Amino acid sequence: MKLLTHNLLSSKSLKGVKVGYPLRIVAKDVKINESKFNKEFVKKIIPKLDWQVFINAAVQIGHNNDLSDELIDDYENNDEFLKKVHHLLVEIEIINGELICPETDRVFPISDGIPNLLLNVNEVP
Amino acid sequence: MKRFQYLLWFAHEHVSFRLHEIEAIASVLKIPIKWIEPPSDKPWYLVELPSEEAVQKLSARSVTMRRAIHLWADEPTVPRLHASLKEKCLNGLLEPYKLKSFKVDVDLFCNSQTQEEKLERIESFSYMPFQGHVDLMNPDVTFQYIEYYGLDPKIVPANPTRTFFGRVVSESGRQLIHELSLKRRKFIGNTSMDPQLSLLMANLGKVSNGDLVLDPFVGSGSLLVAAAKFGGHVIGTDIDFLMLHGRTRPTRKQTRHIARKDESIEANMVQYSCVDKYIDVIVADSAIPFWRSDVEFDCILADPPYGIREPTERIGSKESLPIIKKEGSSVHFPSKIEYGLNEIIKDLMWFSSKHLKLHGRLLFWVPVFRQDYNDAQIARHSCFQLIGNCEQVLTTFTARRLLVFEKIKMPQDTDECSSAIPTSSTFREKYFTHGDENRLTRKQKKAEAAKNKEIWFAKLNNVNVK
Ligand SMILES: C[S@@+](CC[C@H](N)C(=O)[O-])C[C@H]1O[C@@H](n2cnc3c(N)ncnc32)[C@H](O)[C@@H]1O
Repeated sequence: MKLLTHNLLSSKSLKGVKVGYPLRIVAKDVKINESKFNKEFVKKIIPKLDWQVFINAAVQIGHNNDLSDELIDDYENNDEFLKKVHHLLVEIEIINGELICPETDRVFPISDGIPNLLLNVNEVP
Repeated sequence: MKRFQYLLWFAHEHVSFRLHEIEAIASVLKIPIKWIEPPSDKPWYLVELPSEEAVQKLSARSVTMRRAIHLWADEPTVPRLHASLKEKCLNGLLEPYKLKSFKVDVDLFCNSQTQEEKLERIESFSYMPFQGHVDLMNPDVTFQYIEYYGLDPKIVPANPTRTFFGRVVSESGRQLIHELSLKRRKFIGNTSMDPQLSLLMANLGKVSNGDLVLDPFVGSGSLLVAAAKFGGHVIGTDIDFLMLHGRTRPTRKQTRHIARKDESIEANMVQYSCVDKYIDVIVADSAIPFWRSDVEFDCILADPPYGIREPTERIGSKESLPIIKKEGSSVHFPSKIEYGLNEIIKDLMWFSSKHLKLHGRLLFWVPVFRQDYNDAQIARHSCFQLIGNCEQVLTTFTARRLLVFEKIKMPQDTDECSSAIPTSSTFREKYFTHGDENRLTRKQKKAEAAKNKEIWFAKLNNVNVK
């Protein structure tokens, strides 16, 4: 699971949960995969992100770097910046670990890189 | 600015998808098309395009087109075609290509063509002042000669009703169909979508470079491979844990006894050199919201479960099943209830009304029993405009239809949605009584039985699901 995906997922359907976002990350196995930088993609994806959550997630799994909590203006023409975002978003992969609901502590396992968000019958309202 | 006339020459299949495909690609690439002849079911479009580069870009993505031809002659009879070409050659039409190696391809549409007949046709162009040598394998220029005998193979006229000659400007994207062939794909499932239709969906979905594309019923990921080939960055979800982990029963006979590795959607992406476009797959039930509330996808593609070759299911309460633990991590097999086709479709449309960008496209298939079908049954939602409704005939009685929607407004509380396709259980019954699908039925039953056995085994013994 990549940090991009983490940025998009919630546990909002769990019984009693209001927001269910962001999920906490426990990363047991992390792999770095080099992937081709697609400027167009990174430019288009940044507005879709919850920036703060993205930066916090990177810090949580120990890949802190010099990106700041505030999204910079004029990032569209800043290749160096876009490349850093690319690296954190799609090159870091959590192979085994957990996503944890911030409100109920329900654990969603990540195995072989694939998160499992299935709920049991008694967990949905 | 000078514009050029081109003949877009098509494969004679998926005719109802053709115009949608060309219009969608032209719109993605921002290429203005001027129609010289209104588009018809005949296997060509006659168009004016701004440049040769535009033609090349357009054809490179099309999987309904065969090739694009710069038109040199277009006449109702063979003698007139030759007369017209002779004159144009005298005026120097061939000059730039005179010294190049070349070949002439012949297509007699709706008429059988023996090698001899083809050669005869090629000989008939001997008046053209070619000086280069013939090179069948790797020519500098290829010319295309076409004789059109109509669309009805039962009534073939003695002479063609139209003839074309021109220079081939570019081949289409059809080599992708072979590149993505299921026969050589590492990971497939028993409902893998064939490459041509997957590529068509990506085209009709207007997938473009850097788009975020979702398939909420991802299965073995065929639609995502196609979307990635056109620049989409892809995410998929599926309720089937074993499927996403490549642990379903092998669907290929020959691999049954060999240890399987590398069976995953990601492995397919690696195989097709587009793993850079692979984001993730997630085990999740699409009937239950789990995306952050304001996530927007650029395109949503789906081949929802019809309950014919795969169960339609969602998490629900029929009985409470135990949770199975596996190798320390917990794997859940929650109980599932039947999830009807119209319900699936409406959920998908409601979901897309919130999570698709404005003017983004939503595409999905619905199964229909042909006699019972009418357009009023088709899904609608106040946020969406129906752009295309293309039938793919499966048997005499059954078909599936690809619905192409465009989001035309942002969601409101007053939105409405309906879908009234005859339900999956009726459909399934008819499909099997009339559908000539016995082999499939048997295979499906076996596969289902095997899966159930696996799940029950796991449940009873609380052991590894392998
Ligand atoms: C027709 S198949 C898709 C096949 C896919 N296009 C491919 O190429 O392999 C439908 C898929 O939907 C999945 N499915 C069924 N119910 C679901 C649900 N409620 N949520 C998510 N996926 C579901 C099934 O497991 C199956 O893999």
